[in-house]
Amino acid sequence: MGLAKRIIPCLDVDNGRVVKGVQFVDIRDAGDPVEIAKRYNEAGADEITFLDITASHQGRDTTVHTVERIASEVFIPLTVGGGIRSNDDIRRMLNAGADKVGINSAAVHNPDFVKAASDRFGAQCIVVAIDAKQVSGAGEPLRWEIFTHGGRKPTGIDAIEWAARMSEYGAGEILLTSMDRDGTKNGFDLPLTSAITAAVPIPVIASGGVGNLQHLVDGVTDGHADAVLAASIFHFGEYTVAEAKAYMQERGIEVRL
Amino acid sequence: MSETVAVIDYGMGNLHSVASALGKVCDQQVLVSSDPAEIARADRVIFPGVGAIGDCMGEIKRLGVDTLLREQIASGKPVLGICVGMQALMSHSAESGNTTCLDVLSGNVEFFGHQLKGDQGEVLKVPHMGWNQVHHNDHPLWADIAQDSRFYFVHSYYVQSTNTEQVMASCHYGVSFAAAVGRSNLFAVQFHPEKSHTAGLQLLHNFVRWNGQS
Repeated sequence: MGLAKRIIPCLDVDNGRVVKGVQFVDIRDAGDPVEIAKRYNEAGADEITFLDITASHQGRDTTVHTVERIASEVFIPLTVGGGIRSNDDIRRMLNAGADKVGINSAAVHNPDFVKAASDRFGAQCIVVAIDAKQVSGAGEPLRWEIFTHGGRKPTGIDAIEWAARMSEYGAGEILLTSMDRDGTKNGFDLPLTSAITAAVPIPVIASGGVGNLQHLVDGVTDGHADAVLAASIFHFGEYTVAEAKAYMQERGIEVRL
Repeated sequence: MSETVAVIDYGMGNLHSVASALGKVCDQQVLVSSDPAEIARADRVIFPGVGAIGDCMGEIKRLGVDTLLREQIASGKPVLGICVGMQALMSHSAESGNTTCLDVLSGNVEFFGHQLKGDQGEVLKVPHMGWNQVHHNDHPLWADIAQDSRFYFVHSYYVQSTNTEQVMASCHYGVSFAAAVGRSNLFAVQFHPEKSHTAGLQLLHNFVRWNGQS
């Protein structure tokens, strides 16, 4: 008995509505973020991640307001990512009721930002989000690089080295998304996940590719993830969070029931 | 006049969550306040805290929260410490290059360490982040909370009490540590009740109805 593995539904939010794209292209609408967050809170989700995918292009007031509304009704941890570029952005989100913020592109552009943010707000609220893509060819040793701009822009940075560096800089947690798997429903990139979890002393959330409940189990048992994140399997009612937890528990994984 | 709960605001952390969780479990007036007079008038006081203990203690002393808090505890009104608020009540913390704390409760705050191992020898991640089981005593703040319920923790340092009578609950993560400590009208928890769903809301529900006697 001990710490439970966490199940984290992710709300990708565009212009105040929850969406989930297939590899960020074919986007479908799954409703109001506040209603969905409340539903997950009641259904036994362990945390909620709110990813503002419009953050780079549009004003953030809608987002702040949505976060405030979620935080006043949801009594589990809430992480907000998307467009977090400065300590002012972080302060705004924490004041709106977020418990943690996800930093992605801004960390790549200026790694010292993670240090400054962690020093100011504490490691417990700094999640570094890593979008990784396999760059090694067939027959070569596996290698992944960091991509930004929703997986479109390569950076040349090795994903494992980056995760270790972000941990040293004061990240409290890594949110790891496989850009190869995101939206495919083919399961997590398990070699990537286990390589990253072995490289850092902080918790890792596996993300990208969940299509069924066995994928969640694999993320924990083979990927050694501390938490598993999924969106569409929950949003479209294919599985409930309770079904996911029951399935994981039957396979020997400790969960919060 | 309805009763009031004051959440002490000394600039460390998001108090919105604590206030909205309190709003969910009671009709009492909830004040997020840094005003000593207002806090002194409240019927109950919550002492939160997040971030590094060195920064917290710095602000606590700079704003005179140490004196205020000691007065509130001495007055006999119910006081609840949360997370770093709990750690600040201990004697001393290993964090921030060794920090002298308020020494209201007996014990110290230690680092989980970089080589923390689980029962099967597996490496445990630090911070201790997520839902862990809390084994509690029969204090009234645990009313209607099932034994070994899970609460949400996020911390890299833990409280090692030196007075077993002050330990109100324990938790295990590589080491056994105090998940809750207290004495008379003072109670403090390492986890975040405001983020611990049903069990956490029940604890806050119990606190706002507690008369301060164990």
